[in-house]
Amino acid sequence: MRVPSPRPQPPVTEGFVPDAPAVVVDDVQKRFGDTVALSGVDLAVAEGEVLGLLGPNGAGKTTLVRVLVTLLRPDTGSARIFGHDVVTEASTVRRLIGLTGQYAAVDELLTGRENLRMFGELFHLSRREAARRADDLLERFDLAVAGDRPARTYSGGMRRRLDLASSLLIRPRLLFLDEPTTGLDPRSRSAIWDITRELVAEGTTLLLTTQYLEEADQLADRIAVIDHGHIIAEGTGDDLKDEIGGQVVDIVLTDAAQRPAACRAVPDADLGQGDRNLRVSVPAGDALQALSRVSLALRDAEIRVRDVGLRRPTLDDVFLQLTGGDPSATSPPEGTASGTEEGVA
Amino acid sequence: MTITERPAEEPRPSDPRAPTSPAARVYWQARDTWTVTKRNLRHFMRQPRLLVFSTIQPVMFVVLFAFVFGGIATVALPEGTEYIDFLLPGLFVQSAAFRSTQTAVGLAEDLERGVVDRFRSMPMSRAAVLAGRTLADLVRSLAVIVLMIAVGYLIGFRFTQGVLGAIGAILVVALFGYLMSWLFCWMALHVPGAEAAQTAGFVIVFPMVFASSIFVPLETMPDWLATFAAQSPLTHAADAARALSIGGEALRPALLTIAWCVGLLAIVIPLAVRRYRTIT
Repeated sequence: MRVPSPRPQPPVTEGFVPDAPAVVVDDVQKRFGDTVALSGVDLAVAEGEVLGLLGPNGAGKTTLVRVLVTLLRPDTGSARIFGHDVVTEASTVRRLIGLTGQYAAVDELLTGRENLRMFGELFHLSRREAARRADDLLERFDLAVAGDRPARTYSGGMRRRLDLASSLLIRPRLLFLDEPTTGLDPRSRSAIWDITRELVAEGTTLLLTTQYLEEADQLADRIAVIDHGHIIAEGTGDDLKDEIGGQVVDIVLTDAAQRPAACRAVPDADLGQGDRNLRVSVPAGDALQALSRVSLALRDAEIRVRDVGLRRPTLDDVFLQLTGGDPSATSPPEGTASGTEEGVA
Repeated sequence: MTITERPAEEPRPSDPRAPTSPAARVYWQARDTWTVTKRNLRHFMRQPRLLVFSTIQPVMFVVLFAFVFGGIATVALPEGTEYIDFLLPGLFVQSAAFRSTQTAVGLAEDLERGVVDRFRSMPMSRAAVLAGRTLADLVRSLAVIVLMIAVGYLIGFRFTQGVLGAIGAILVVALFGYLMSWLFCWMALHVPGAEAAQTAGFVIVFPMVFASSIFVPLETMPDWLATFAAQSPLTHAADAARALSIGGEALRPALLTIAWCVGLLAIVIPLAVRRYRTIT
């Protein structure tokens, strides 16, 4: 049934403010009681771009995504999706976006196929179109065999793929992936990455939040680092690496117990990823001098060292330097997934 | 990155425009509601807990109450009234009230599991998730009442007021159950999590069910309790269903039930939908 509307409306696909960026966030703040979740976020994403929003747990990533997908009203500031305000034009915004959340939001009692058909119908596809599209997506996301099993029986990776497929019944112009691989095993993670790359290749604009540096480095054109509710750095992975200096002196101690002493000997050292690691950021130019200074200081303090060397900074170093945090929380967990692909197949 | 147009074969909504005319809005509201209703009806069939609540539990209540209390309860009933005849219409109301706690639990689970987040980020009707859930409850209510009648007939229950009376009794209880579903949806949108919803539902429903004319005539209660129970909408619903089933004053309790239900629905539906739209 088609009900004619009284005045002409621009079709959804063309119904955007010309040349409006995919996302513009202007000084958005959000508090929950006494907790400041977002303290003045500014951010822009161009159409066709992949922005990685990188930050530790509790940095405000999910809160920002929830504001952008119209689930949460900002206290102050504004956010626009393709020129449409997320508060005053929320229903227009919902026609342009897809959301795949941190927790796979699929209906566990329905089968994969029923889930996709339901979401298709709720995206206002016709029944037949929703059914056809569900079949396509099951095929594409390697869920065809499991399509008629309840989603409750799916492994973590399968659920996440179904969740992602559920955002794609109508191809969104802007897709939000909120920690799409958190808790997945490495294989499932790389499957999600492959799908994500395909979507990007087809022109989908992507805003991806992650606490994994590697994921941001792998997928994103540009990375925004968020900590304590605001953006503390922005740029490509290389930009960010350059920003903290040309090189890093990487130190591996023989004995973890000597790390406090080593820190006293080299006061400008940051704690590294393992319990024996230290690192010193070196501004471009005097890398060798820094290396010898560090070596001498460690020798004078009689600290036994397994390895000392110069290297280019990784995003890990960037993250450490920027947040001053513990990077161990930001490394992808190995094999801590909620089940492998075959586990329940 | 290049800016690529969307591939031509991508599906488009059958009506890609935002519904602007009232007719289009109503159409999409109805279709979204039906889609959610189908989903929730599937849940009833697939979730053992819900299946038990919809089948075994009401049957158990009918059989157990009839046989356990039938002996002593008959003493308090008017001459010639069998307890099963008195009890069954009341049990319709009791089971509707108990089932509504499952409405709250189901909605709270949807909230916890992020399904509601997905619904709310989609361009679908903002009332459909609640309207679909309560409509599915209504369908289930009707099915459960029919089941209870069938079991009741096996152990001696008989309608004495004709087919219209029986249908009237079923409709009064269904309306009451529909109100309870909306009330518990509203409640679930205010408590943190499914367990809290279950507990809150139980704490509210249990005393309400017993402090009413569902199981025994009010005259058998102490004055203070009878006074309270006489005002309860559960008493009105049970009295109306009972009178329409086996005879007695039907008009007054039926009108009171309808007044309670329509009045509260007019308040709770807008409140629940507004809460759904703004919940964080």
